[in-house]
Amino acid sequence: MDHNSYSDSYIRGILNTVKTIAMVGASEKENRPSYFAFKYLLERGYKMIPVNPGQAGHTMLGQRIYARLADIAEPVDMVDIFRASKYALPIVQEALTLKPRPQVIWMQLGVRSNEAAALAEANGLKVVMNRCPKIEYGRLSSEIAWLGVNTRTLSSKRAPIGGVQRMSLNRTSAPGGVTAAADRVQREERDR
Amino acid sequence: MTERIPGFSTLAIHAGAQPDPTTGARATPIYQTTSFVFESVDHAASLFGLQTFGNIYTRIGNPTNAVLEERIAALEGGTAGLVVATGHAAQVIVFHCLMQPGDELVASKKLYGGSINQFNHAFKNFNWNVVWADPEDISSFERAISPKTKAIFTESIANPGGVITDMEAVAQIARRAGVPYIVDNTLATPYLCKPIDHGADIVVHSLTKFLGGHGNSMGGAIVDAGTFNWSREKRYPMLSEPRPEYHGVVMHETFGNFGFAMACRMLALRDIGAALSPFNAFLILTGIETLPLRMQKHCDNALAVAQWIAQHPKIAWVSYPGLPGDRYHSLAKKYCPNGAGAVFTFGLKGGYEAGVKLVSNVQLFSHLANIGDTRSLIIHPASTTHRQLTDAQKIQAGAGPDVVRLSIGIEDKDDIIADLEQALAD
Ligand SMILES: Cc1ncc(COP(=O)(O)O)c(C=O)c1O
Repeated sequence: MDHNSYSDSYIRGILNTVKTIAMVGASEKENRPSYFAFKYLLERGYKMIPVNPGQAGHTMLGQRIYARLADIAEPVDMVDIFRASKYALPIVQEALTLKPRPQVIWMQLGVRSNEAAALAEANGLKVVMNRCPKIEYGRLSSEIAWLGVNTRTLSSKRAPIGGVQRMSLNRTSAPGGVTAAADRVQREERDR
Repeated sequence: MTERIPGFSTLAIHAGAQPDPTTGARATPIYQTTSFVFESVDHAASLFGLQTFGNIYTRIGNPTNAVLEERIAALEGGTAGLVVATGHAAQVIVFHCLMQPGDELVASKKLYGGSINQFNHAFKNFNWNVVWADPEDISSFERAISPKTKAIFTESIANPGGVITDMEAVAQIARRAGVPYIVDNTLATPYLCKPIDHGADIVVHSLTKFLGGHGNSMGGAIVDAGTFNWSREKRYPMLSEPRPEYHGVVMHETFGNFGFAMACRMLALRDIGAALSPFNAFLILTGIETLPLRMQKHCDNALAVAQWIAQHPKIAWVSYPGLPGDRYHSLAKKYCPNGAGAVFTFGLKGGYEAGVKLVSNVQLFSHLANIGDTRSLIIHPASTTHRQLTDAQKIQAGAGPDVVRLSIGIEDKDDIIADLEQALAD
């Protein structure tokens, strides 16, 4: 599949079906991007499991940190890779040994590995690369629009809400155009 | 995976504006409030720590303003926007995020006079130093670059009209120098030209002009194209260094391709304080809904008026790139194919006295210092905005004694021409 652009329905489908997310590379340090994303997704109701060998045994936001995916005792629906691109392939290899297997491999913004993606897809897993699930959740629920972000969605339907300043993902929307320039630059960076 | 991408007019009406989640209100509500309650102490902590999206205090963000921000970002093809009190405030906020004392910006010398003042005087007090370049000689931008250069700034169509910047050429120079290219797109609006498509990394606007379009509200905007790699350049500490304001958060690393817009909001607007009133945001949003219709009519009228003026016996010259034969005509066709804007200047053979007489004689045109209103506007810079300058300085600024600037409105073009005809008659 084309990993340069994903349809909103593909991303929405993933975020609406997965319940347990193991975040490899999650950090307990409050100023790290992984902490931001972890906390946000936890608050949105996902069961979040941090994986980080350097912090194993600690807890972050009440969740025990594991050293490896294999140490997690419960089924994981999605593995979110918050590590440099070169680690993506071994993490997918490890993920494929889990029983049951996760359904989705998600690589964070800036993380891309065509080999890791191909391996996961060959085993029937869905793959997202170079995206942040927090940003995508915020975009498709329209919460991120409060920060002036171009959600690239349009809707004439009232948005469903889930509490004070919380918008639900189950919003009907039409795509509101692409930011071709940002996408072009990402492609150029990758091809450098 | 073919999802339909809406056209410009659809975005001008719908982008950012969804029926209100609690009331179902279809028009964007005016959230006339200073502050927003927190759900809990932890929610407040997440908001202040930038860990979740939401509203805190209207100086930092407001839901009405947010609709305007997304609308403008969508129209310009950017990743995110920020709206602020005025166009000038937008420029201060952008440069606050880019410049350290002692740094330089390279700017086109064909700019709105207020921007020339801002760079020459206010910025100098911050020890941000402007180096001027000439859009008629693109290589002058290259020569103006030094190791201290942090950005290049031009307008797309320069106020007072007549000059179209070769943005793709300037963008290449910026890319080679490793600095962001900022374009003030006020006179063109995204309906006529999208600078991001031509290599701009940041777009700024005075919403006071054509975007608001009705002469009733001040406003400014910043659009992040999401194209500049702040982490690679490492010369922009607001973007690539841990921020003490937020416990060591790194803006570009955390927010990716909308990191610059976030820095403008959370590091600059928060501390500088030039927030836009939600009421103004509402009026500007309403204006933008008709932008495509208005802008086309502005341009069609302006071309008709420029053609009529060009053959008038009392007129020495007209500077409007929409006219075939104008030195900027080919750049206008490349960058603004739907029209060359609605602001232009012309020279009166009768000089200063003729200029004063013309602005006194008009009855439909309003004699004032703005542009981009539904109404046609006129000003004689030598006797008003540029009065304090010497004659030599006036000519240098394009405001010689004979110069008159028009901003053509969307009245019937025959009435606009008839007013000029009677005003020039005696
Ligand atoms: C091209 C341009 N940029 C910026 C500005 C400044 O905008 P504001 O008056 O909203 O501060 C103006 C105002 O005339 C302008 O014409």
